[in-house]
Amino acid sequence: MNKPIRTISIFCLLLFLALMVNATYLQYVASGDLNDNPRNRRIIEAAFSRERGAILVGRDPIAESVPSDDRYDVQRVYPQPLKYAPVTGAFSYFSQTGIERSQNAVLSGDDDRLFVTRLVDLVGNAEPKGGSVQLTIDGAAQTAAYDGLSGLGADVEGAVVALEPATGKILAMVSTPSYDPNQLAAHDLDEVVQASRRLEDDEAEPLINRTIQTTLPPGSTMKLVTAAAVLEDGNYATGDALVPGGDTYQLPLTSDENGLIDNGGRDCGTKKITLTQALANSCNTSFLALADEIGIEKLKAQADAFGFNSDYLEDLPLQAESRFPGDLDRPQTAMSGIGQSEVAATPLQMAMVGAGIANGGIVMRPYIVDEVTSPEVEVLDKTEPSELSKAMEPATAAELTRMMVATVTSGTATSAQIPGLEVAGKTGTAQSTPSRPPYAWFVSFAPAIDPQVAVCVLVQASSTPREDIGGNFLGAPIAKSVMEAVLR
Amino acid sequence: MSQQPGAFMGFVHGRRRGAELFLLVLALAVGVGAYAAVGLGVEGQVPAGIVAYGGWLAGLIIAAHIVVRVVAPYADPVLLPVVAALNGLGLAVIHRLDLAYEAADRKADFAQQQLTWMTLGLVLFLGTLLVLRDHRTLQRFTYTFGLGAIVLLLLPLVPGLGTTINGARIWINVGPFSFQPGEVAKVLLVVAFAGYLVQHRDALALAGRRVLFIDLPRGRDLGPILAMWLVSLGVLVFQRDLGSSLLFFGLFLVMLYVATERPGWLVVGGALFALGAFLGYLRFGHVQTRVDIWLDPMAYYDDSPGSGQIVESLFGMGWGGLVGRGFGGGSPQRIPYAESDFIIGAIGEELGLTGVIAVILLYGIIVERALRTALVCRDGFGKLVAVGLASVIALQVFVVIGGVTRLIPLTGLTTPFLSYGGSSLVATWVIVALLLRVSDQARRPVPVLGQDDADADSETTQVVRL
Repeated sequence: MNKPIRTISIFCLLLFLALMVNATYLQYVASGDLNDNPRNRRIIEAAFSRERGAILVGRDPIAESVPSDDRYDVQRVYPQPLKYAPVTGAFSYFSQTGIERSQNAVLSGDDDRLFVTRLVDLVGNAEPKGGSVQLTIDGAAQTAAYDGLSGLGADVEGAVVALEPATGKILAMVSTPSYDPNQLAAHDLDEVVQASRRLEDDEAEPLINRTIQTTLPPGSTMKLVTAAAVLEDGNYATGDALVPGGDTYQLPLTSDENGLIDNGGRDCGTKKITLTQALANSCNTSFLALADEIGIEKLKAQADAFGFNSDYLEDLPLQAESRFPGDLDRPQTAMSGIGQSEVAATPLQMAMVGAGIANGGIVMRPYIVDEVTSPEVEVLDKTEPSELSKAMEPATAAELTRMMVATVTSGTATSAQIPGLEVAGKTGTAQSTPSRPPYAWFVSFAPAIDPQVAVCVLVQASSTPREDIGGNFLGAPIAKSVMEAVLR
Repeated sequence: MSQQPGAFMGFVHGRRRGAELFLLVLALAVGVGAYAAVGLGVEGQVPAGIVAYGGWLAGLIIAAHIVVRVVAPYADPVLLPVVAALNGLGLAVIHRLDLAYEAADRKADFAQQQLTWMTLGLVLFLGTLLVLRDHRTLQRFTYTFGLGAIVLLLLPLVPGLGTTINGARIWINVGPFSFQPGEVAKVLLVVAFAGYLVQHRDALALAGRRVLFIDLPRGRDLGPILAMWLVSLGVLVFQRDLGSSLLFFGLFLVMLYVATERPGWLVVGGALFALGAFLGYLRFGHVQTRVDIWLDPMAYYDDSPGSGQIVESLFGMGWGGLVGRGFGGGSPQRIPYAESDFIIGAIGEELGLTGVIAVILLYGIIVERALRTALVCRDGFGKLVAVGLASVIALQVFVVIGGVTRLIPLTGLTTPFLSYGGSSLVATWVIVALLLRVSDQARRPVPVLGQDDADADSETTQVVRL
């Protein structure tokens, strides 16, 4: 019987070999993925008791771990909660959001770049600490944006994003209504659950970061994209080229009142006006005609070149894609040229439109994490700016800039004027439903020569009377104060 | 074949009891050291009762060693130390889980109970060694054991005596204790199969009819054993004990193949198994659940009953990484039933991949020693018993660790020696006793018979002790 016994031995050997290989796979190869799984509580338990790295704006921490004398030895503290909550997110026992989530590996100390630090800690038997994350945010700009937005009223729903056009750095990111992350980072877990539930049930949705998670029709700010497409196409070379004008426009393939769009009382000439005037006075009639003339394919291509229909923000989770569909009929195409119909954009996306124009036609990838440092403040990694796409030729960008400056000087965006500087801007007032007040948008950058900052302001809802809602009234003053804060 | 006196297959085995003593000291170091490490890791100090604990373990092991020296001097020297080491490690890990459960205000007395069961197991181990001086006497009880096994398997189905725990009806309540008769049935069945096969192996291998291209044995030869096997399988499937069904099927196949030396059995058996598994998947809801959970555990995390157990175990083992978090550094109590079915998960978390591989290798050594005994054993019955017991351990370990590490779907078997569970522990110690008995027989030097010479007639009759 020995021969079959030997065969059985080989079989048993194979069984045990399979076990060992599988165990190695599980505990060595797949362990990284398992540790990253959001359901894995072990990481949180360990992280909750460990000194977590700080999130810094300039030299000020906006999230840091301080010693506490309860079961968990450290407490996460947010010094400027409402202003920075959309950016930092909250590090709670049950979940993390925002930077706390996307940079969790660095903040908790598990990141590969902190390997040497961990090794030193291990040998020296010290408690492992996390690395710090330096953000690109400009504190003054953030404060200006927050004060401006919250100055509109207690229940205002809106967002402000500021970018540095040449690099893509996010200089300000504010979303209201906001929340207090300290409530969610507390150690009393019952309170955390209650606070969490309260925030989730709140109809104003304070937990979402409106700059990247909310997509809404951009309204007239979309005319920047349409104008760029038209200028790039070649039929209209400069701002002085003549485009269709007039008080009303009948949408193609329609014949009734619903298809008749007007300009809301703005001066849009009779038959033909200059492109500059059409943009400065935000003429729906002109841009509807232009959108119909250039067609959906070229419009979509231009929108895609600005970043529509794609993901580009790697530093924060849950970035929504801005939508510009490619399969619209003629009336819808025309309406999408003025930022209505099926078009929907995030405030970040519209800021990227402004930044792309400001940067000579090159759209830079937006980022918010500037540097990763070790606990000893040694720089471990620095983000390099990278190009996302080329949206237009530099000549087109220069032409469009001139048109946007005209908009601020003598058009619909006069509230954004800064003495001593040339400011380029575009207003937008997007219709939603007849029962809902419109959305107020504002996109701008300054100075017009060698721009340093591009801003987008969105006011989704506020207590402003309906007839007063407009990009110039609500958005421009906030954009102005943000730009001033950056330029000072 | 060889010139050495007493040689068999060219090799003379020594008594090697000194080697066993040395290895036992190492095993004791593992057991007591692990206990101390648990105390240090979790509470920051060596546990208070370590002297008593260490003394008790040492006493048990010394007693075992002495009895083996006396009644089974030629037994395999590696088996007892490896088993003792595994047992000690299991006790330490269960103690660590106790401490974690206490910290979370859950009931926590498993280590003490496991120690009691271990003592009982060792008593039975000594008893088996002392009572059974020659394993071949078990051959007489072939049919008795077979019947007894079936009765034991049927016991949980008796209303009033049996209880359903976690969907499986495999437990009986004897006073305050719950007991799994299936574990004992396993051992009895191995002996019964071995006895039957050794008697009928020639008939099974040679006499038969050719059906299609396969030589099938005659009905009268295959019948009784097929009946024994089918009844056990049927009872197990009826009781929803999938793991044991798998085990018994594999066991039967291996022993049949070894006894008849016909590889066709493996092919046919493999096909039957695949067919049975497929039918089981189609027919039984709980099999489907198991397979679904195996294929995509994360999707069922929130269901109840869902994959929470396996997912937590996977998280724990991933968290352990290469060297583990150390005793007290992980959260093994998050895994449901970490002290019994999922003890490998707890070991993986706190002792890392290193610990898991070490445990797998220890089991591998046990299987290897048992198979080596089978090879060296001179009588067919002993060979079959050894092979059967080796494959029981190998298959059980594969099914359990494979299920816990998501190599195969999860079943309900326990890890021998490590898991908390009295019946399993006691039955496995009896298995070890049987293996030592067979190996003692196998490794004894062949008696040297006298030389033939002219004065042969005048020589007194030699008394030979086999």
